[in-house]
Amino acid sequence: MHILVCIKQVPDTKIIKVNPKTNTLDRSSAPAILNPYDAHAVEEAVRLRDIHGGKVTVLSMGPPQARNAIRKCVEIGADEGILISDRRFAGADTLATSYALYKAIEKIQSLEGVDLILCGKHAIDGDTGQTGPGIARRLGIPPLTCVNRVAEVNRVENRIRVHRKVEEGYELIESTLPCLLTVEKEINDVSYSPLPNVIRAARYEPTVWTVDDLDDVDIKQLGLKGSPTIVGKMWPPEKSKGATLLDGDAEKQVKEMVRVLLKERELFVGKGGD
Amino acid sequence: MADKFDVIVVGAGPAGTSCAYTAAKAGLNVLLIERGEYPGSKNVMGGILYRKQLEEIIPEFWKEAPLERPVVEQRFWFLDKESMVTTSYKGLEWGKEPFNNFTVLRAKFDRWFAGKAVEQGALLINETVVTECIVEENRVVGVRTDRPDGDVYADVVVLADGVNSLLGKSLGFHKEWKPDEVALTVMEVLNLPKKTINERFNVSDDQGVSVEIFGDSTQGLLGTAFLYTNKDSLNIGVGTTLSGMIKKKLKPYHLLEYVKEHPMIRPYIEGGETSEYLAHLIPEGGYKSVPRLVGNGVMIVGDAAQFVNAIHREGSNMAMSSGKMAAEAIVRAKELDDFTERTLDSYRKELYNSFIGKDLKKYKDVTHTFEEHPQYFTDYIPMMNKAANSFFTVDGSPKKEKQSRIIKSITEGKGKIAVAKDLYRAWKVMK
Repeated sequence: MHILVCIKQVPDTKIIKVNPKTNTLDRSSAPAILNPYDAHAVEEAVRLRDIHGGKVTVLSMGPPQARNAIRKCVEIGADEGILISDRRFAGADTLATSYALYKAIEKIQSLEGVDLILCGKHAIDGDTGQTGPGIARRLGIPPLTCVNRVAEVNRVENRIRVHRKVEEGYELIESTLPCLLTVEKEINDVSYSPLPNVIRAARYEPTVWTVDDLDDVDIKQLGLKGSPTIVGKMWPPEKSKGATLLDGDAEKQVKEMVRVLLKERELFVGKGGD
Repeated sequence: MADKFDVIVVGAGPAGTSCAYTAAKAGLNVLLIERGEYPGSKNVMGGILYRKQLEEIIPEFWKEAPLERPVVEQRFWFLDKESMVTTSYKGLEWGKEPFNNFTVLRAKFDRWFAGKAVEQGALLINETVVTECIVEENRVVGVRTDRPDGDVYADVVVLADGVNSLLGKSLGFHKEWKPDEVALTVMEVLNLPKKTINERFNVSDDQGVSVEIFGDSTQGLLGTAFLYTNKDSLNIGVGTTLSGMIKKKLKPYHLLEYVKEHPMIRPYIEGGETSEYLAHLIPEGGYKSVPRLVGNGVMIVGDAAQFVNAIHREGSNMAMSSGKMAAEAIVRAKELDDFTERTLDSYRKELYNSFIGKDLKKYKDVTHTFEEHPQYFTDYIPMMNKAANSFFTVDGSPKKEKQSRIIKSITEGKGKIAVAKDLYRAWKVMK
C-alpha cells in the first residue's frame, strides 16, 4: 500500500508577529514548523503502513527550507519525501497550489501507484482547508474531509471506511480507494519518534523537483499567475477589553452589575418600552 | 543495530557546537544532540560574544553571523542608592574589523553556529535528552537518550551539557555544585526603538555599549548587574552567587525589579517592552571547582567544566576554545585509534596551558575572597560615592581639608590597618 501525504511548512502562528504597518505576517518573527495537522496525517499514514505494509511518501511544495518539514516527517516515520520547489510556484493560492501538487502526484503515479492520499485538515497559516479537496477534485478521486478515525481499510475490495467529524458526532463513510482524506488532530497522538528515525531524518535529503521535472504543466496555472485570489484587506482582530472583577458583598456586586448593564452597556435602551 | 559515530557531543551551546564543528571539519563522523527545540532555545548569557576565540574557529564570522552590535564602549558603574561613580573606555577601533566583542541574542546566534557545524558534516538532532552515558568495562561507549530505541554509540562522548552537567555528575566527575560555586542570573530583553537606544547611549546604528554595574545593583551581594545594547532591544540582568541570595533571602526577580527601578538605571530602559524573561545558573566556582575533565571515552567542556571567568564576564569564549581543544584531542586520538583517558588527556594539558587554565588560576581565590569579605561591595562602593560627592560638591571648604576628611571617613570605624589589609587582600587575589 503506497500512501502519499501532502504536507506544508508554516510559520509557527503561536508566536508570529503581525507587522503593524502593513498588517501582514512578519515571517521572520517565527520559526518555520511542520503544519501540526499534517504531522497527524503523517502519523496516521505511518500507522496504516505498519498494519498493511507498503510505504509512506510525503510531498510538499515550498522554498528549499521546506526540506526541514520533510525531515520532520521522516522523523515521524515517512519513508521518502519529495519537495517541488521552483520560483515559478511562488505566490500560489490554494487553486494554484492544488494544481502544482496534482501535477506532482501524477508524476508519482506514473512511477508507482498511489493507494491513498492524506492531508491535514488545513494549514494553520491560512486555515482555508481547500488544497486537499482541490487535489482530490483534480485527480478525480473522492475527498473525505475532517476525518477523525480510519475505521477499516479493505485492500481486497479496495475500499476504506472512516469517521468524519460533524457537529453532533461523526458520520461513518465508505469510499473506494484511492481517495483523499483530510484529518483532524483527534485522529491520533503524534508519538515521540524513535532515535534511529531522528538520526535518519537528520541525514535525509529529500528528492527535489522543479517545474521541468513534471509533465504537461500549464505554466499559466502556476504561482501568482495561476492564483485568482485577491487579498482585499487585512486587519488584526480587535482585542477584547477583558473582564472586570467586581468586589464587595453580593448586594453591592449585583447593584454594580445592574448599573453597568443598564448605563454603560445600554441594555434595554431603545428597545420599545421607554 | 544502533548507530555508531566517531564522536557524540551532548549539548549544542558554544562549547558543544565548537567541538562538533572542529571534529566534523577534520572529517570525523559527529552526532550533536540538543535537548531544546533548536540550539539556543534554552541557552542564556548576558549577551557579550568575544571575537577572538570564535574567529579561531570560523574566520571572519562577523560577515555572516547574526550579531547585534559591535561593542565600542565598555562602561563600569559603581552604584549607591542615588548616585554612581563611573568609568569607561570608548574606542572607535572596536567598531571596525577585526572588532573586540559583540552583543548577541543567543537564540539566534546558537542556531546559526550549530548550522555551521552541520555544514561541516555534523549531524544535529534536536528535542532529544541524553539521560545517561552508556558505560562498558570502565569506558564510556555511547549515550542513552529518552527516545524509543534511544541508544547510540561512539568512540568518544563529549559532555557539553551545561552548568548542571548531570551527566558529569552521574559519572562521578563532580558533585552537585555548592551554592557558592554557581551564580543565578536573571535577565530580560527589553524592546526599544533603535533610535531611542542610539540617543540614550550616544552611539550610531552599528555601535554598541556594555555596562557592568556594581554595588547597590546587587544590594551589596557579590555579583553584578549588566545592561547591553542590541540592535533594537536591551539586555538587562543581574547575577549573584546562589549562596548570597539564600543568605539574604532574596528572590532573583525581586532583585531584577530593584535594578530596573533604580534611579540611575531606569532612564536608560524607560519605555522598554519586555519580550523575553530568562534565568540561568552560571558556573562561577572557578579554578578550584573545575571537575575531572577526561575519562576513558569521555571529556567535559564549557560550562559543564566550570570554565567561566566571573571577573571578566568571560564564559562563551572559554566554552568555544575548550570545545575546539577537545575536538583536536579526539582527532589525535583517532589517528592512534586509542580513546583511553591517557590519550584524551592531551586535552586537559593543552587546556591548562591555554588562557583558560591560566586565567582561572590567576583568579582562583577572587570569588571566594569577595564572598567571605562582603565589605568591598557593601562598604567601599558607597564610600567611593560619598567621597566623590564631597570632593565635587562646592561648599566653600578648602580642597585640602576635604581630602583629609575623605581619607578619614574611609578609615573611620575600621581603622587604617583594616583598610590596608582589605586593599592588600584585593590586590593579592587580583594580581
